[in-house]
Amino acid sequence: MSSIELKNIVKKYGDGFPAVNDVSLDIADGEFMILVGPSGCGKSTLLRMVVGLEDITSGDLLINGKRVNDLAPRDRNLSMVFQNYALYPHLTVFENIAFPLRLAKGKHSDDEIRSKVNDAANMLELKDHLERKPANLSGGQRQRVAMGRAIVRDAEAFLFDEPLSNLDAKLRGQMRTEIARMQRRLGVTTIYVTHDQTEAMTLGDRVAVLKKGVLQQVASPRELYEQPVNLFVAGFIGSPPMNFLPARVDGSTLKLPFCEVPVGGPLAEKLRGLDIVIVGLRPEYIKDASVADVPNGVHFSAVVDQTEWLGNEQYAYIPYEADHAVQSKLDELDRDLDGEGMRTQMIVNLDSRSRILEGDEAQFAFDPAMMHVFNPETGENLTRDDEKAAQIARDSEQQRKAALERARAREAQGADRSAGDRSAADGSAADGEARAS
Amino acid sequence: MESNISDKTKWGLAAVSIPIMIWTIIPILWIVATSLKSDAALADPSKNMFGNFWPKSPSLDNYRLILTGGASELFNPALLNSIIICLVATFIAVLLATFCAYAISRLDFPGKRLILTTALAVSFFPVIAMVTPLFNLWRQIGLFDTKIGLIIPYLSLTVPLSIWTLSAFFQQIPWEMEQAAQVDGATSWQAFRKVIAPLAAPGVFTTAIIAFFTAWNDFVFAVNLTSSNNARTVPAALAFFTGASQFTQPTGAICAAAVIVTIPVVILVLLFQRRIVAGLTSGAVKG
Ligand SMILES: Nc1ncnc2c1ncn2[C@@H]1O[C@H](COP(=O)(O)OP(=O)(O)O)[C@@H](O)[C@H]1O
Ligand SMILES: [Mg+2]
Repeated sequence: MSSIELKNIVKKYGDGFPAVNDVSLDIADGEFMILVGPSGCGKSTLLRMVVGLEDITSGDLLINGKRVNDLAPRDRNLSMVFQNYALYPHLTVFENIAFPLRLAKGKHSDDEIRSKVNDAANMLELKDHLERKPANLSGGQRQRVAMGRAIVRDAEAFLFDEPLSNLDAKLRGQMRTEIARMQRRLGVTTIYVTHDQTEAMTLGDRVAVLKKGVLQQVASPRELYEQPVNLFVAGFIGSPPMNFLPARVDGSTLKLPFCEVPVGGPLAEKLRGLDIVIVGLRPEYIKDASVADVPNGVHFSAVVDQTEWLGNEQYAYIPYEADHAVQSKLDELDRDLDGEGMRTQMIVNLDSRSRILEGDEAQFAFDPAMMHVFNPETGENLTRDDEKAAQIARDSEQQRKAALERARAREAQGADRSAGDRSAADGSAADGEARAS
Repeated sequence: MESNISDKTKWGLAAVSIPIMIWTIIPILWIVATSLKSDAALADPSKNMFGNFWPKSPSLDNYRLILTGGASELFNPALLNSIIICLVATFIAVLLATFCAYAISRLDFPGKRLILTTALAVSFFPVIAMVTPLFNLWRQIGLFDTKIGLIIPYLSLTVPLSIWTLSAFFQQIPWEMEQAAQVDGATSWQAFRKVIAPLAAPGVFTTAIIAFFTAWNDFVFAVNLTSSNNARTVPAALAFFTGASQFTQPTGAICAAAVIVTIPVVILVLLFQRRIVAGLTSGAVKG
């Protein structure tokens, strides 16, 4: 268990291009930190610097307050799950998991190794496969062996590099909850790299969003979602993504493609001097006016081009003409987000009761308080409320600590009971299984 | 893999490989047949069948001659020399080449290309051009007609070859394997010994066999750098066989010796055939 601190970390590869640029990050003891960003943004590089496989060009890396920049990987006592698992093909599953224990010469007796490996295998449901070779396992099983190898020893922290990206969608969902449960149960500091915003939102206590090697925002998933600092974070977090609409500033009104929104208060101050802004509206904040009542809402009508019904929800697509003045900025954003350069259309996440059909002209409404306004030049979010953000951060931190406490208490309880009464402990373990699944 | 090959391709491959197999196997069968012929049969086609190919009454006289008879003083020490010299040369070559190829495939250091191209250039160098200077040098420094005097030139043949084969093998092993070991707490040496070396084993066996054959089959060095049973190997010793009388050629005895020296080669290949099959690394990564 330990804290990890990154201070102004820079990584330049041979060609001088900074793959990671001036990243500072504090990871608390027991925290689940996610590094997220489009591919090529330097997530793996950052993780590999933490574990010691890549030299740090400049900056300091501290584990438990001790500078470890110059320590070899084996002296940092971190464990890592590689993107393609890197299992040892010549060893059985048992020996793969036991590998780190066997390397710590003299530290563990054979019996100890056996019991530790069996514990890890039980937790990951690998009991029946211990004598098999990795080549004969399925993708999900290999993934679990890789995790077993990481959790079997008492490492200071777990590092994961896109551990689920090679699994199919269903398995990915299962393993995601599995990882979350395991991290809570073990309470070990974890850094988890992913390019998938769903994993980032569901797993992390806090999420660090990277773009081209530069840290954009570090915050709880909820804060990222509700109070993004800039256009990039707003566009990256959320699925389907936030709609970005160009808007002309006319005194104290914003002229959007479909409607006009009056603005007042501090936002009007910030808009002074700007001709054009980008308005961000999450698809779920736009309602079908015929089934939902939006008090103080802005109403508009638009022609729906396409609808997708998914049972629990449905999406409507509404094309619009983008303003040339901001189109290049939106195109750039699209490229940054690994987009496909699709045409400009607004996505609306409708209630599944909504009866809007393709080709209909329909009435929509949204609450202007839920709208984000971005400076098109800098990408800065002009509607971000620092006070609210701080409140969310405090809440999430409290929740995290409570969850960790609970997990530790449960663990201690389980240990006590298993010492006294085996069958009771088994019962509680079964409880845990049932709750998680 | 096999399942990807359609039936048509399979038959096509068979059609091509059968003539090649016949082409290579006939000379070997011929040597075997000749080694079983008596002196009389060698001179008289009527004692043979299939048009002078197979003796009507095969005899093991030739084998007796070289193993226990008149030629045994020449052949038995030569066989022992061959085995010792080739095994030592192979062992040293593979050991050196393993480290060298590992460094070449894993590390980025200046002069990497140079080492590889030099290795290639050395193996192109005609053997016959090296023999005369070596002969003079060895006589001066006392390596002439010693086992070491043969092992050293054999290394110059086998090391470059082994470096090339092995670096190809090492490059196939995912580097992450080694990094994973380091993160798990291994030193570089432990990572090499416990992870990389076992994974490279099929490559090392293949290389060892190739290196062994290269040394085993050499004639030029063996005949020129030796003068007695001290170090003379089988290919050289064959040249010194004499017939039963001044007027008979020792054809049968030479063929019998050739058959005997082919046996270890065949055994080696059969023994390590499975190890040579690559694909041990499958399952390391996502697959
Ligand atoms: N060994 C390397 N040499 C040079 N450039 C590299 C190397 N590894 C990664 N890069 C570059 O660094 C950037 C970040 O890479 P990476 O950390 O792998 O991104 P991510 O894991 O976020 O997809 C990319 O632009 C990539 O091209
Ligand atoms: Mg990566």
